[in-house]
Amino acid sequence: MNRNQLLKQIMEYDFVLYELQLYLDTHPNDMRALKMFKQVSDTVCGLRKEFEEKFGPIIARNNESSTTWQWLESPWPWEN
Amino acid sequence: MWQYEKKLQFPINIKTPNPKLASFIISQYGGPDGELAASMRYLSQRFAMKDNVTKGLLTDIGTEELAHLEMVGTIVHQLTKNATTTQIENSPMAAYYIDHGRGVYPAAASGVPFNAMTLASKSDPITNLVEDMAAEQKARTVYENILRVSDDPDVNNVIKYLRQREIVHFQRFGEALDTIQRKMCEKKTIVPGVKF
Repeated sequence: MNRNQLLKQIMEYDFVLYELQLYLDTHPNDMRALKMFKQVSDTVCGLRKEFEEKFGPIIARNNESSTTWQWLESPWPWEN
Repeated sequence: MWQYEKKLQFPINIKTPNPKLASFIISQYGGPDGELAASMRYLSQRFAMKDNVTKGLLTDIGTEELAHLEMVGTIVHQLTKNATTTQIENSPMAAYYIDHGRGVYPAAASGVPFNAMTLASKSDPITNLVEDMAAEQKARTVYENILRVSDDPDVNNVIKYLRQREIVHFQRFGEALDTIQRKMCEKKTIVPGVKF
């Protein structure tokens, strides 16, 4: 998977997670939603790790390298 | 996009209600040199920037300003939460209280609601960065004005921290401006689209 494909997948899972977050804010005892939140959360965690290892940090503090500041290098979201 | 973190950048625990002080400090929430104007200024200016250093710096400082907005809101909230109506009525917060109660509303100490006229965002990176450096100095001045009229250490420790951040941001913006200008000199770039 190239950068854009992997990023799009992360954006999709992130959206599901966010939608569940809002739902859980008003339905905190919905066990089905809680289970789904945990599953999607685990999936997105793995995808983000894979993305950041290959293409650099999504959030600055995940800059993995101790020799280069990669945060500034990857494309900015408002530029394609 | 943004992700919220359930913590402040610096701890705030104010024990003594003080509506008068709250009516002054609200200016750093929604006043001309406040944190709302700061975050909107930097996050909007990013789109005009051509180099990664400045794009990154405006993203990171603009984000930190949102955290400072939350801190200033927290100060105002903690200063007014347990203030009695009589205390508020006999303070400069009285007029604000009639409009907003103990709620946190983006306005200046003078009562003027937040106005985007207090910030600038242009397509010229140099213009933007010079505005940003001035903005950091103006905010530092306001924090110093607050320190002159406040004697509550619980408040002043936080204000001193916020004041220091203005100085650090000014320094970083100055470095970014220097980088851009050096690049322009190397390339002998003239202002695009302008005949001299």
